[in-house]
Amino acid sequence: MNKREKIIEVHDLVKRFGKFEANKHLTFDVNRGEIFGFLGANGAGKTTAIRILCGLSKPTSGSVRVAGIDVNKNPEAVKKRIGYMSQSFSLYNDLTVKENFRFYGGVYGLSNKEIRERTAFFLDKLKMASFENMLLSKIPLGWKQKLAFSVADIHRPDIIFLDEPTGGVDPITRRQFWEMIYEASDNGTTVFVTTHYMDEAEYCERVSIMSEGEIKALGTPHDLKEDYKVDNMNDVFLRIARNVE
Amino acid sequence: MLPIIILIPILQLLILSYTATFEIKNIRLVVVDHDHSPESRNLINKFSGSKFYKYLGQKDTYKEAENSIAKGTADQVLVIEPDFEKNLLTERKGNVQIVTDAINGSAASLMAVYAMSIINDFNGNILVKKLPLKFKGIPVKTDSSFWYNPDLNYITYMVPGILVLLITIIALFLSSMNIVKEKELGTIEQLNVTPITRFEFIAGKLIPFWIIALVDLFIGLLIARYWFGIIMAGSPLLLVFVAAVYLILVLSIGLFVSSLTETMQQAMFISWFVLVVFILMSGLFTPVESMPLWAQKLNLINPLAYFIKINRMIMLKGSTFSDFHNDFYILAGYAAAMLTFSAIKHRKTS
Amino acid sequence: MWAFIKKEFLYIFRDYRTMIILFGMPLAQIILFGFAITNDINNAHIAILDNSKDVVTREITRKLLSSHYFILDRYLKTDKEIKPAFQKGEIKEVVVFQKDFAQKIKTEGIAHVQLILDASDPNTANILNSYTEGIINTYVLHKLAGEGGIPLKVNIQSTMLYNKELKSVFMFVPGIITVILMLVSAMMTSITIVREKELGTMEALLVSPVKPNIIILGKVVPYVVLSFVNLAIILLLSQFVFGMPIRGSVLLLLAESLLFLIMSLSLGILISTVSKTQQQAMMLSMFALMLPTILLSGFIFPIENMPVVLQLLSDIMPGKWFIIIIKNIMLKGLGITYFWKETLIIFFMTLLLVVMSIKKFKIRLE
Repeated sequence: MNKREKIIEVHDLVKRFGKFEANKHLTFDVNRGEIFGFLGANGAGKTTAIRILCGLSKPTSGSVRVAGIDVNKNPEAVKKRIGYMSQSFSLYNDLTVKENFRFYGGVYGLSNKEIRERTAFFLDKLKMASFENMLLSKIPLGWKQKLAFSVADIHRPDIIFLDEPTGGVDPITRRQFWEMIYEASDNGTTVFVTTHYMDEAEYCERVSIMSEGEIKALGTPHDLKEDYKVDNMNDVFLRIARNVE
Repeated sequence: MLPIIILIPILQLLILSYTATFEIKNIRLVVVDHDHSPESRNLINKFSGSKFYKYLGQKDTYKEAENSIAKGTADQVLVIEPDFEKNLLTERKGNVQIVTDAINGSAASLMAVYAMSIINDFNGNILVKKLPLKFKGIPVKTDSSFWYNPDLNYITYMVPGILVLLITIIALFLSSMNIVKEKELGTIEQLNVTPITRFEFIAGKLIPFWIIALVDLFIGLLIARYWFGIIMAGSPLLLVFVAAVYLILVLSIGLFVSSLTETMQQAMFISWFVLVVFILMSGLFTPVESMPLWAQKLNLINPLAYFIKINRMIMLKGSTFSDFHNDFYILAGYAAAMLTFSAIKHRKTS
Repeated sequence: MWAFIKKEFLYIFRDYRTMIILFGMPLAQIILFGFAITNDINNAHIAILDNSKDVVTREITRKLLSSHYFILDRYLKTDKEIKPAFQKGEIKEVVVFQKDFAQKIKTEGIAHVQLILDASDPNTANILNSYTEGIINTYVLHKLAGEGGIPLKVNIQSTMLYNKELKSVFMFVPGIITVILMLVSAMMTSITIVREKELGTMEALLVSPVKPNIIILGKVVPYVVLSFVNLAIILLLSQFVFGMPIRGSVLLLLAESLLFLIMSLSLGILISTVSKTQQQAMMLSMFALMLPTILLSGFIFPIENMPVVLQLLSDIMPGKWFIIIIKNIMLKGLGITYFWKETLIIFFMTLLLVVMSIKKFKIRLE
């Protein structure tokens, strides 16, 4: 693979809450168009790191560049370039499907025409055009997740951050969800995803595994499996977790 | 949670008893005396000597005095006409004007009544002075005795009512919110798959609240006795008995609200709304007898109205069961009906 | 910005239960306060124990009953019946005439009427006592005049300023306005902001390029509109159903309301920043905001007669000052020169709260 443009550059990132160090000297890069898996047990410091990357939280020290912009200096500029879908669900239950698209399109400053086009595009892709006037609360969870991903992609961001996007979703829907992720990646969008499912980690181009605020491993799933001499990512993960203990 | 359930009622009772008062004292009076005679001064002295009044002094013109009311620094103005004394002695008729800030209508009528009774008193005195000797005064003498509350202490009147309010709030909110909370959390599904019956479920939910509310009542009674010094005239046992029946009614209403709603927010709003209407109409603050007929009819379904009335009767007047048995039977029937109804309703919805 | 406002309105209108409460509450309150809540004493039940039954006592009885204040519940025969009569609860006053009443007036020049009042409600007792004394005195004075005595009396002309018919709505409308504005703008706003936090949509918005203050503004504007609609309903209702005038400047009233609204909104935002769940926000606004406002702002109960501590506490209730302002404008028809102090107090409270809530509502949630 050619040396690709780096879309996320994190150097020596530290985040402290009082005495507690949530992130200890993180350093990693993400390439444009890559699907980057950001793994770690609960409480490993993933969410803290993601919040810093998105400009929601200030690092204690270290530098963070997203899409070539220093997040610390110019968080607002970064926000235009990224899409975000959180673990707690980020669409409005009391709005219809179409209204959700309209609203987030408006939030990202799309014109009415663009919003209409993008909405039609996504609904067509998801084969959900007939549901456009249905309240979101009436739609099954798996479909909602797909809608949420589409909404995060509505303004064609450079990077989409997905914070545990497939929690509580059945395997078939999860597969379909990952197909959407691949499609976005093929179109040049970088996908930065955290997950608990180790089978999903296999789908990523590169993964990092965090534990106790540090990145313990970083590389392609293939390389990691070889390094730890195991068959699957699940065992890689368990090895790292056990080392810590 | 437990300290809250006990602390809140205590705070409520103390704060409400001191705030919820329509007592009128220290009426701020400004006088415009156009006469400056001995009689006009006598009249002013009558006012400034009254315990209801706080005499602020005189103004030269009515305009200035009215301005004091406009600015909110005075409540009432007494205007004494020029030649007040002369008219009184020659024409047997002196004129004064009482001007009252009437934005608070009920306070205004009380203030006017106070002014009137002072002037009546003054009339009596001049009669004594000026009438022929064969009269010793006004030939009909009225003596007033104020039973059950000789000091005319407003707090004594309010505390029994506020006690009712307090246990109602606790019982209504606990029961309406708690079951909705289980709905929201999904734990109700969990309970539905267990072998307990609906009746056991409801009983298991309501009995703890019932006990909490009774404990709160007990604490409230202690405060009433030892902090406010209200000595219970009737039987405490009778009171607890009525309260126990009353609480079943309130808890059932809470259960009913919870079966109507999906979220705690809705349950809260509805309970709040129902409570406000019930409180305002209950006669807690204003006599039920002065309400229009439709409002009095509406009070037939107002649990608070029944129990506030009964509680005041027991605590202040020492009434016995036979004095209010009709009200009690209605209350008991109402409670039984409401409990059955909301239990059925609950079964259907969940 | 428009997207936000539109979304918020859609959201509000979909939750019909809340809507009903929002508009039902002021309606119900005004109607209750307007019609049902009155302190006027009419038709009080009294009992009469006439130990004399002569011309004079009968005439006084007739005078008492012909006023609309009293209804004769029953005649009592002995002193022993007085106590049970009161305990039944209906009777508020017992009038006891002395034995040989008319006789005593003739021979001794004086006869006694005893008024026994159920003073468990002290206000009613006071008023009834005063009415009864007034009626008896008037009767006696007339009687004296007839017998060639000298009626000598001070006439009272009583004027009720600002509220001639002593309507209770006049007292309550300013308070209802205050409470409703607070309910909609502080409570509802805080709940809806916290709801977005709970749902995770707030995060989604914060990572978007929209500025946080625009997010908040977008959330707040619909509630400002709702508040003004509510205000308009209350004002129209009180004017056309209850005949409560707006004697002062409507413009000034609206301007002051806007100021108070901004203050309530910043209170709502402040509450939303300190609460993690909707329930917390609700409890906080209910117990830290609504209840103290209802009790300590002079809405229902006059502040002047409360203990000093509570009076001092009432000074920090913005509602207290706002109610004074509304009364001054609506009922007294006064201009700003009479309440610039109150306005200034609210203004500084607003300033303080706006600064505090902006500081608290940081872009970065941590």
